[in-house]
Amino acid sequence: MVEEMRIVLRNLGKIDPLKIDDYINAGGYKSLQKAWGMSQMDVIQEVKNSGLRGRGGAGFNAGVKWGFSYNTPADQKYVVCNADEGEPGTYKDRIIMEKDPQSLLEGMAICGYAIGATKGFIYCRGEYPFVAELLNQAIKQAKDKGVLGDFDIEVRMGAGAYVCGEETALIESIEGHRGEPRFKPPFPGVSGLWGKPTVVNNVETFANLPSILEKGADWYKAIGAPGYPGTKVVTLTGDVANKTFFEVPTDTSIRDVVFGLGGGIPNNKKFKAVQIGGTSGGFIPEALLDTPIDFDSMGAIGATLGSGAVFVMDETRDIVDIATRIAKFFEHESCGKCTPCREGTKRMYELMVKMNNGQATAGDWALMNKLGSTMKQISLCGLGQAAPVPILTTMEHFNQEYKAKLLA
Amino acid sequence: MAMSDYKEIIRQYQNKSGGIIEAYNAIQKSYGYIPEDAVAAAASAFKVPKAEAYGVATFYSYLKIGPRGRNVIRICESAPCHIAGAEEVVKTLEKELGIKMGETTADGKFSLEFTECVGQCQATPVITVNRKPYEGVSAGNVAAILAEYK
Ligand SMILES: Cc1cc2nc3c(=O)[nH]c(=O)nc-3n(C[C@H](O)[C@H](O)[C@H](O)COP(=O)(O)O)c2cc1C
Ligand code: SF4
Ligand code: FES
Repeated sequence: MVEEMRIVLRNLGKIDPLKIDDYINAGGYKSLQKAWGMSQMDVIQEVKNSGLRGRGGAGFNAGVKWGFSYNTPADQKYVVCNADEGEPGTYKDRIIMEKDPQSLLEGMAICGYAIGATKGFIYCRGEYPFVAELLNQAIKQAKDKGVLGDFDIEVRMGAGAYVCGEETALIESIEGHRGEPRFKPPFPGVSGLWGKPTVVNNVETFANLPSILEKGADWYKAIGAPGYPGTKVVTLTGDVANKTFFEVPTDTSIRDVVFGLGGGIPNNKKFKAVQIGGTSGGFIPEALLDTPIDFDSMGAIGATLGSGAVFVMDETRDIVDIATRIAKFFEHESCGKCTPCREGTKRMYELMVKMNNGQATAGDWALMNKLGSTMKQISLCGLGQAAPVPILTTMEHFNQEYKAKLLA
Repeated sequence: MAMSDYKEIIRQYQNKSGGIIEAYNAIQKSYGYIPEDAVAAAASAFKVPKAEAYGVATFYSYLKIGPRGRNVIRICESAPCHIAGAEEVVKTLEKELGIKMGETTADGKFSLEFTECVGQCQATPVITVNRKPYEGVSAGNVAAILAEYK
């Protein structure tokens, strides 16, 4: 039987999120002090050795990323927390921030010390004004206690743009511009916020750090899948009995998430599909449910772990209709900076509407495949690269449903 | 709701690097929208061309230049809410308020807009009123939610 394992949510329900003393009594801020007693290089090495990889979707080794910023000389460096959480079906960063905001602050301060930054920003999505308020209170408490040393943290709000979760678009937005992604390189680690070396990490990534510093890289590395160690907070939505969040080791299988902790499909219905990682993730059929959820195993089946959103669909769901809704999402959220995505998401949505209405031909099917593979290859940012994935994976795994709607 | 002057709000954020979006968010919180003149005022306060100040204000879906309803109701249409019956909720809201999605009631009290996921998917479908989330909305409880704002 699969069980939860709580690292980032270790304090869930045990402390009052707005009482910093609760956090401190539970061992909070000991890890930051421990880090201060180590050399910056040693902290970075410890994080590298732990194998911690980004929980925001791209899965990059956190310690390696920090190393880039550490090694780039500058008069000012920044730590940025990505709390944009825009992937539909995802609410794990909100839970972490609501239940244990000090964990995030401590994680950011550890990063700040390691790379030599005295200033941090939390970019909080516009949909979470109540979370921003809570964070501001938590920051004030931490400052009053003096636990952050000379590290300062400021909350900045988004205003409803999915693309601002992309790290360079997020940086543009903090700078007060339209949230359009930048060309890379240079990567933010070298030239980010106001051109300075900037580490951008996800909320969940930062929230892992106090435990890693406390218990050591070897302890962390031994948990979950060797290539993507630790735990993942997943959020379950759709046709599943337990629509809630769980934190599980990364070697847990999709089946154990959906049918074990998730409690399976309600109302005696059968499983049809699950989409993991939010709306930009691939659709997964029954046959692949024994895949572990870790980043690399998911990649190997043409899916993603992404944000850890788990969207379950039962046998009664119309896959083509859902894929059409998803195509509309991307058409709406494309920032328009590059042509393959600006035009591609529009055409893709048009084609999906045609398919969903039973007006598409075999020619349209071929066109969709071509358009999708082009967008994947040449779109500027991850939004345009991922937009075709849900459509192409449903065309692959559920092609009977499409075929049934094609014109003869 | 106490309405503070947009000029005063802009002044508060003026010295913050990149503070224009913070200022817009605060203006919108106070007015419910961004007055046309506030965009020009922001342009000069943040020392950017007017076109850029417009560009920023129009890029973000939560910012809106020009008046709209005092209470903005957004219905999440992302896939999890979509399959949970968001369409029913849309129909009920349209019927209760006598307007269509994208419109504002004649008395200026309510506007209806679509949104994507607002991160409350533990009980779908979800709507927000002035960014306050309501989960597990159904045709049956729409009227009670509206009553809070009437
Ligand atoms: C369109 C798009 C949206 C994204 N949204 C988010 C998001 O909401 N939260 C997040 O942490 N990362 C998001 N990312 C990934 C970030 O670009 C970046 O990889 C991440 O913040 C790095 O942090 P990590 O290494 O800790 O995961 C998004 C990427 C793309 C292309
Ligand atoms: S891929 Fe889409 S979202 Fe990304 S830069 Fe191009 S147009 Fe903008
Ligand atoms: S999908 Fe509607 S709130 Fe998340």
